[in-house]
Amino acid sequence: MAATQNPAHVEPTNESARWRLLDQIRRNPGPFTDPSAADEESLANFEKMKILGAGGLGCEILKNLAMSHFRDIHVIDMDTIDISNLNRQFLFRKSDVGKYKAEVAARFVEQRVKGVKITAYNNRIQDFDETFYKQFQLVICGLDSIEARRWINAMLVSIAEDGSDDPDNIKPLVDGGTEGFKGQARVILPTITSCIECQLDMHAPRAAVPLCTIASIPRQPEHCVEWAHVIAWDEEKPFPQLDKDDPEHVTWLYKKALTRAQEFNIPGVTYSLTQGTIKNIIPAIASTNAIIAAACCNEAFKLATSAAPCLGFENNYMMYSGNDSIYTYTFKHEQKPDCPVCGKQSRPLEVDPSTTLQALLDSFAVRPEAQLKKPSVRAEGKTLYMQFPPSLEERTRPNLAKTLAELGLENRQEIVVTDPAFPLEFTFYLVFKS
Amino acid sequence: MTEILVQTPPVLQGPSEKERKYDRQLRLWAASGQAALESSNILLLNSGSGTVGVETLKNLVLPGIGSFTIADDAIVHDEDLGVNFFLDESSKGKSRAQCCTEFLVELNPEVNGSWWPKNPDDQRLEQLLEATQTPFTMILYALPIEPERLNIIQEYSRQHQTPLVAVHSAGFYSYFSVNLHGAFPIVDTHPDDTATADLRLLSPWPALLDFTKEMTRDIDNLDNHLHGHLPLVVILLHYLDLWKQGHDGAYPANYSEKVAFRNAVSDAMRRDIPEGGEENFEEAVAAVMKHVVPPQLPSSLKQVFDYQPSGSDDTKSGFWIIAEGVKQFYNRHGVLPVPGGLPDMKAQSEVYIKLQNLYKDKARQDAQEVLATVRGIAGGEDIDTAEVELFCTNARFIKLVNPADGRTVDLAQAVEQQLANDEIAALAGPEMPSTLIPIYLALTATSHQGVATAEQIVASIQDRVPAAAGNERVQKAAEEVARATGGELHNTSAVMGGMVAQEMIKIITKQYIPIENTCIFDGIESRCQVLRL
Ligand SMILES: [Zn+2]
Repeated sequence: MAATQNPAHVEPTNESARWRLLDQIRRNPGPFTDPSAADEESLANFEKMKILGAGGLGCEILKNLAMSHFRDIHVIDMDTIDISNLNRQFLFRKSDVGKYKAEVAARFVEQRVKGVKITAYNNRIQDFDETFYKQFQLVICGLDSIEARRWINAMLVSIAEDGSDDPDNIKPLVDGGTEGFKGQARVILPTITSCIECQLDMHAPRAAVPLCTIASIPRQPEHCVEWAHVIAWDEEKPFPQLDKDDPEHVTWLYKKALTRAQEFNIPGVTYSLTQGTIKNIIPAIASTNAIIAAACCNEAFKLATSAAPCLGFENNYMMYSGNDSIYTYTFKHEQKPDCPVCGKQSRPLEVDPSTTLQALLDSFAVRPEAQLKKPSVRAEGKTLYMQFPPSLEERTRPNLAKTLAELGLENRQEIVVTDPAFPLEFTFYLVFKS
Repeated sequence: MTEILVQTPPVLQGPSEKERKYDRQLRLWAASGQAALESSNILLLNSGSGTVGVETLKNLVLPGIGSFTIADDAIVHDEDLGVNFFLDESSKGKSRAQCCTEFLVELNPEVNGSWWPKNPDDQRLEQLLEATQTPFTMILYALPIEPERLNIIQEYSRQHQTPLVAVHSAGFYSYFSVNLHGAFPIVDTHPDDTATADLRLLSPWPALLDFTKEMTRDIDNLDNHLHGHLPLVVILLHYLDLWKQGHDGAYPANYSEKVAFRNAVSDAMRRDIPEGGEENFEEAVAAVMKHVVPPQLPSSLKQVFDYQPSGSDDTKSGFWIIAEGVKQFYNRHGVLPVPGGLPDMKAQSEVYIKLQNLYKDKARQDAQEVLATVRGIAGGEDIDTAEVELFCTNARFIKLVNPADGRTVDLAQAVEQQLANDEIAALAGPEMPSTLIPIYLALTATSHQGVATAEQIVASIQDRVPAAAGNERVQKAAEEVARATGGELHNTSAVMGGMVAQEMIKIITKQYIPIENTCIFDGIESRCQVLRL
């Protein structure tokens, strides 16, 4: 056969030669492999897989999925590229700052790995509905906010519940997250195994500094920054809207914090500390992101090909820590029967009947198992408090000052809590403390 | 412990572009760690299917090492493109070292990359090593490797005391090993914030006691506001003093005495106030078990004090001289230098800052005393104050990695130990994870030749470790390694590339605690084990 004339004198890539090492593993079951993994049908199924990736581990995830020979990859990310991403999000260059992450990453990987198709959506995951998510066989996330994780989890559980007659509606969710030298990778089989909501108490919110400390007795540099952020900014309104990424705004807060620190002789206020405190910046490095994203993609590859047993039915969670030697803990997180998303039972909520409704609502934000910031509450037959619409909010506002007893709530009564951040209802039953 | 001079007008301009780019990592290893990274020069000796080393370099180029060299005489083929992301169609037929270098330097314009051999006929690795002007900071080599090359690189590394890392990735399995050539002390170990507070409640110094007396002279008649803002340190010191008066001058020592003391503090809390209790007393009660403890010498620091450096150890560094200075301080006073930090606690701003300064002043005095001792030790004349201060601040958490303690590890013995542990673990139930040493044995059976049958791998293991004969998990690990025919899976190599880069960063920056000395990764069960082998 005559060689194709090519100006760069590059031979066309022989696809089977290119993927020889990967196919070697897939066609030769090992001692732990289900032998059917090497059937022609299984091999062919993998070629048709459509997989969705989302979030801050996106660069690593796209690279790894493409190098795992997934052919049809979709990626959602609403963020644009910031200069502080360049120390780890390796598909981005300085000249890309300001562009959409999903778009730039997709084009880069398509260019590098011939034959992969990557569809980019410069959106929030919440912009899409059930029909959209139903088209995928697998979802892999490295989202940086717990809200987004809970949202996609609830979506996939609801797809699994609505179509429980068809196993194709079980869309495994592989989730990864990092913080400094630490991270975790987990696999969720919606409705079948422990979900993100079951595991919510693994991510307890940080205790906030009491307002009185910020307002009158600061001791730490962070207290001065919080004062500038929540008090001075409100009083002086130097710009119409606080933009935490605008250096001018951060500098304003920094100067305010510094003045306050000098007044109290508190050392340690810096620009970096100011920015870190107001944005709640979590340290992030290339190596941890690489480890966690690859651990997730390794699970996705095993789920999709059965080339080896994956996390899921038994162990489903890997905790990683790399600051003191290297330590992993891989275990089974049990599903909670009273999980508000995947469980069937409502959960007990221990309260004092003399608590006001306002205090109860505030407690939802800090309870590790709830973490709801804008809760609306109703009980059988009555609306107790609604955040939206404004007319209803106004009508239910007087209830906030009343105690649960005054509102006529009884021991063991069910209440339903909703929050605009989540497409689901949380059902609790009250347990009165005497 | 650098004092921030609040009087000087602060620099108000924002961070530089470089600080913004590296912001998320500077929060972990600070400017000192970054400077160490930027002056490092890394050699990768690549081989096999060639991905794990390049993935490691990616994670080192991004945070900004100074320079790297890839030594690899392979030519790019189709199958490289299916496993190595830093190659594309245009790379085929070219030097793999060159193509990977060119794609890697795109990740960070501040990093210099070069490759070897420039001339395909040149196969002498010695020539590269001899021609290198700046010595390599660390060397990483990928397995499988030819024994001759391995000898050359090991010899060079030993001669130049260059930390050497070996990595092997095949199919779902991989491991890496670090050879540090002698003891490697780390001062800046970054312990958890919750562990660092050292309040010295049972060995207070006069200024701290005076401060407490002053604040508590009339404690029962303080108004509610002042009483409710006494810092927990002051509360505990005051009631410890009362306790001593009732116990022949002795502090609460055992558990039941501490419980009694805790109850006494709790009883002193005012409850007849609108809040029903006092936050500062609650903090004090909660702090009793953790902070009412006699000063102790942690075993890791004792190891440093007692350490007899061996021939391969670097004894010229300031570390050992400062350690001697701190040891003499400890022998004189029976306590370590005060580290100087004070955790946040309920208190009025002014009182808290005064207390904070008491701890800082004492820390500075103690460090000065250590410095004076250090300056009197031969070789200690020019040691930097900041280095002494850092040592004193972190003394309780200093870690000596890889000490030459006479423990030479015999592989056969280590394997026997691990397999015996497994039998005990099996009795304990399925929660106890079993050892990953079979994976290490199977991979090291292919250290020089990647393609091998399971039978060949098992035979090689039995040669080295007779005790492994007949072990079912060893057999399975051998089959799993044989299945990969020496080829890498991209995901496994990407996990390993992250871990190896992380460990190299710890060693280059001398921050956090590196592994000792081998880490095995099982990509089937998704877990690791670190063993000293
Ligand atoms: Zn659940």
